Amino acid sequence: MTTTTKFAEEAGTSPNTPVVHLDGVGKSYGNVHALRGVSLTVRQGEITCVLGDNGAGKSTLIKIIAGLHEHTDGTLSVNGEERRFSSPRESLDSGIATVYQDLALAPLMSVWRNFFLGNELTKRPFGRLDDRRMKRIADEELTKMGISIPNLEQPVGMLSGGQRQCIAIARAIYFGAKVLILDEPTAALGVKQSGVVLKYIVKARDAGLGVVFITHNPHHAYLVGNHFVVLKLGRVALDTHRADLTLSQLTNEMAGGSELEALSHELRGVDAGVVAEPHDRPGGI
Amino acid sequence: MASTLTAPTEVDDRVARRSLGARLLSRPEVGSLVGAGVILVFFLVMADPFRSASNIGTIVYQAALIGVMAVPVALLMIGGEFDLSAGVAVTTAGLTGGLFAYQFSVNVWVGVLVALVVALAVGAFNGWLLMRTGLPSFLVTLGTFFILQGLNLAITRLLSGAVSSNSIRDMDGFEQAKAVFASEFRIGSVNLKILVLWWILFVAVGSWVLLRTKVGNWIFAVGGDAAAARAVGVPVKRVKIGLFMAVGFFAWFSGMHLLFTQSSVQSGEGVGKEFIYIIAAVVGGCLLTGGYGSVVGSAIGALIFGMTQLGVVYAGWNADWFKAFLGVMLLLATIVNLIVKKRADLR
Ligand SMILES: Nc1ncnc2c1ncn2[C@@H]1O[C@H](COP(=O)(O)OP(=O)(O)OP(=O)(O)O)[C@@H](O)[C@H]1O
Ligand SMILES: [Mg+2]
Repeated sequence: MTTTTKFAEEAGTSPNTPVVHLDGVGKSYGNVHALRGVSLTVRQGEITCVLGDNGAGKSTLIKIIAGLHEHTDGTLSVNGEERRFSSPRESLDSGIATVYQDLALAPLMSVWRNFFLGNELTKRPFGRLDDRRMKRIADEELTKMGISIPNLEQPVGMLSGGQRQCIAIARAIYFGAKVLILDEPTAALGVKQSGVVLKYIVKARDAGLGVVFITHNPHHAYLVGNHFVVLKLGRVALDTHRADLTLSQLTNEMAGGSELEALSHELRGVDAGVVAEPHDRPGGI
Repeated sequence: MASTLTAPTEVDDRVARRSLGARLLSRPEVGSLVGAGVILVFFLVMADPFRSASNIGTIVYQAALIGVMAVPVALLMIGGEFDLSAGVAVTTAGLTGGLFAYQFSVNVWVGVLVALVVALAVGAFNGWLLMRTGLPSFLVTLGTFFILQGLNLAITRLLSGAVSSNSIRDMDGFEQAKAVFASEFRIGSVNLKILVLWWILFVAVGSWVLLRTKVGNWIFAVGGDAAAARAVGVPVKRVKIGLFMAVGFFAWFSGMHLLFTQSSVQSGEGVGKEFIYIIAAVVGGCLLTGGYGSVVGSAIGALIFGMTQLGVVYAGWNADWFKAFLGVMLLLATIVNLIVKKRADLR
C-alpha cells in the first residue's frame, strides 16, 4: 500500500465509465430472498445513493460488492469483467473499500492497529510493522476528519460510536482506490462530522472514484448524490438520475409515498406479475 | 479538486495525558508480574533451599517445561481458540520420533523429522476441522485429545509391547539430537538445561511476531472479532490454522526434549498438561475469549508455576498444597482479566 491518499492518483481516468455493474443480482439466505433482480451501475466520478426502509436489502447489496456474501443470481462485473468475490480480500484487491454498518473494528485493538488492519505497513528487515509511520498516518487522517483522538493506543472499544464510525470511514477513504462504499456512514455522527463525511464523499467523487452511499437521510443523499436507487423489499423501486428528481420527491419516496406511487404505476401498467408481488414473498418480510 | 478541506480541530482537553506508570499498568502481563514478585518473596522467606543459587536452574527448568508450550497456547488463545489436545500431542510427537527410529532402525534424525510432520499434521487437522465445521474449538480439540490419547497407548503397546517407546539411546544420531534438544551446561554454580535457552528464544520470537508483525496484528484481530477481521481482508482461516500448526510445532519440540532426556517416552504422559499451559497463558494475561494477551505474560505464568511447584517442595510442605495454590492463582488472574475486559468493552 502506498502512503498517499489513493483517490488523488486515479483522477486521470475518464469519468462516468461504469466500474461496478450489477445485473439482475439476487441473494437468498436460505428461504429468505433478501435481494431479487437488482441492477445497479456504479460509475467513476458519480455518487450513487442507495435508499430504502430497514430490511430493504441495502446492506445485503453492498456486502455482495464488498465480497462478504456471494450472490445467488445474476452477475457482478468490475471494470467490465465478470467477478464472483469469495472473500472481502478479493474485493479490496480490486480497489473497492467499504465502511460497514457494523463497522468491522476489533474492539480490543488500538486505534492505529484497527486503522491499518489487513493493510499493515511494513519495513525491512523481516517485514516488521512500521508502527511509527502507521500512527502518524492514522493521526493525520483522523485529524482531517475533524476528530481528535489523543491516544492512538487506546482500544477502539473505549471510544464513542461516532469516533469509531470516523475511524472506519477514514480508513475506507484512505484505502479506497476505485470504489468507495459507505453503509449509513452518517447515522451515528454529529452535525459537524456528518458535514465532514459528506465533504469527503464529494471530494472522493471529484477525484474520480465511484461512490456508493447508503443512507436513511434523503437530505444527506440529495446534497451529494448524482444517482438515486431506492430499494423496497429487495427490489429496485426507483432508479433515477438527479436531474429527474426533486428533494421532495425523494423524501416522499422515503416516507412511504412510493408505495402509493408504485400502486398507481402498477394500475397503469400491464404487468400482472408485479401486481401479485406483495402476496408471494416468502415469510412476509 | 473542488473543495479544500479545512477541518478545524480544537484540542480535546478532557483526556489527561497518561503517565508512563498508567500506561505500564494497562499492559496485559502486569498482574502476573506482580503475582510473580509476591510469590518469589514469599518462598524466599519461607523456603531455605529456594535461596540457594544452585536451585535456580531447577526452578527455571520446571518453568521452561511448561513455558515452551505456553507460547503457542497463548498465541492461540489470543487468536480466540483453545487446544485441549496440546498436552497429549507432545507425547504423540515424542512417541512418534522414538518408535519410528527404533522400528525402522534409521538414524534418529529421521524419527525427529517424521515426528515434526505428524505434529504439524495434527495441528493442521485441528485447525482445518474447526474452520470447516464452525464448531467451538473446545469440542473439536476435545475429540483430538481422546483420539491422540488412545493412539498413544494403543500404538505404543502394539509396537513395543510395553507402556513406553523403546530406548533409542544406542542409535545413530542420538547424542547429536540430545545435544540440541536436551543437553545441560553450567554457568558458575548454576546447572542450566538447554531447554531454558530455547524457551527464552521462543518467548522473544513469539512476542516479536505478536507485537511487531502483520501476522501478530491479524492474531489479535481474529481473536477480537473474526467477522470484522475478515471484512477488512484478514485471511482468518489461514491465521487460525497456522496457530494450531504452531501448537503442533512446539508440541514437536517439547516431545523431542522429552524423548532425548530419557531416550524413551511414556505413552500415558501429557494428560492434564493442556490445562497447565492454558493456566500459564491466562495467569499471564490472556483473555479466555480472545483478542487480548501477551507471550511474555505466558512466560511469567510458567515461571509462577515453576516457582510454586518447587517452592512447596523446598518449604517441606505436602505437595497437595500446590494444586490448591494453582487454583487460587488462576482465579485471581481471571478476575484481573475480567476487570481489564470490562474496561476495554466500555462503549
Ligand atoms: N445473514 C443473514 N441471514 C438471514 N437473513 C438475513 C441475513 N442478513 C440479512 N438478512 C435478511 O435480509 C433482509 C435484508 O437485510 P439488510 O441487512 O440488507 O437490510 P438493510 O436494508 O441494510 O436494513 P437497515 O436499513 O436496517 O440496515 C432482511 O430481511 C434480513 O432479515
Ligand atoms: Mg443495513
